[in-house]
Amino acid sequence: MGTYFTAFLIGGLICVIGQLLFDLTPYTPAHILSGFTVAGGVLGAFGLYDDLIQFAGAGALLPISSFGNALVKGAMSEASRSGILGVLTGMFELTSTGITAAIIFGFFMALIFKPKG
Amino acid sequence: MNTNEFKKKQAVLIDQVWLKSWHKAKKPRPPLVKNIVMAFLVGGLVCVLGQFILNTYTALGVPSEQAGNPTVATIIFMAALLTGFGVFDNLARHGGAGLAVPVTGFANSVTSMAIEFRREGLVLGTGSKMFSLAGSIIVFGVVTAFVIGIISALI
Repeated sequence: MGTYFTAFLIGGLICVIGQLLFDLTPYTPAHILSGFTVAGGVLGAFGLYDDLIQFAGAGALLPISSFGNALVKGAMSEASRSGILGVLTGMFELTSTGITAAIIFGFFMALIFKPKG
Repeated sequence: MNTNEFKKKQAVLIDQVWLKSWHKAKKPRPPLVKNIVMAFLVGGLVCVLGQFILNTYTALGVPSEQAGNPTVATIIFMAALLTGFGVFDNLARHGGAGLAVPVTGFANSVTSMAIEFRREGLVLGTGSKMFSLAGSIIVFGVVTAFVIGIISALI
């Protein structure tokens, strides 16, 4: 699943797209990163994002677009297994790690470190 | 006006125009090229580090289909720790989108909000403000996945 070279190349290029949007459009980072997530989800709907992960490994896995892809994959695969309610039950099947990790580590960092100023 | 005078005036005018354009050129250009190069290098390096972690988990016996999850968690942990030590902001100033687009940016926004609003209490500050930046990513991701999931279930 990907090599160091493809991870560097694709990961770097996705970040360049982000930087261009940051610098050349009036949208805030929150807008742009939400857009990345939606774009990853749409690519995931056609199975294209999985191809990108196969090619670039962590280069496609780490950008936030991967989060949208994993949400869509979870919702779609559970829906195909157990019907339309699967959209709700399968939504976080693949992404719970990232969200849980962010909550847990964020919370404990807030316990350990003091706010600046 | 004789030709000599006219030429002199023209020369002064040209001088002024030239000076103006020279001043414009001397003004610092927006550092777009530098930002793009840095975003490419830093974003690429973050993903190479991720690839190293991914390969390590695979070598430790995690099936390669599932090795992505612990990799993301490890990168989130690193970004959260660097945010706690106050190092992340300095890195992000150089890396730009290279650190914002990967999941490091997500982890940084959650952790920095959690720490920043600690002063308003663990429940009303850290607990409720933690996702005040990253929340929009989750909301729009979930809405997208919901719509696509419903369409795919009906087709």
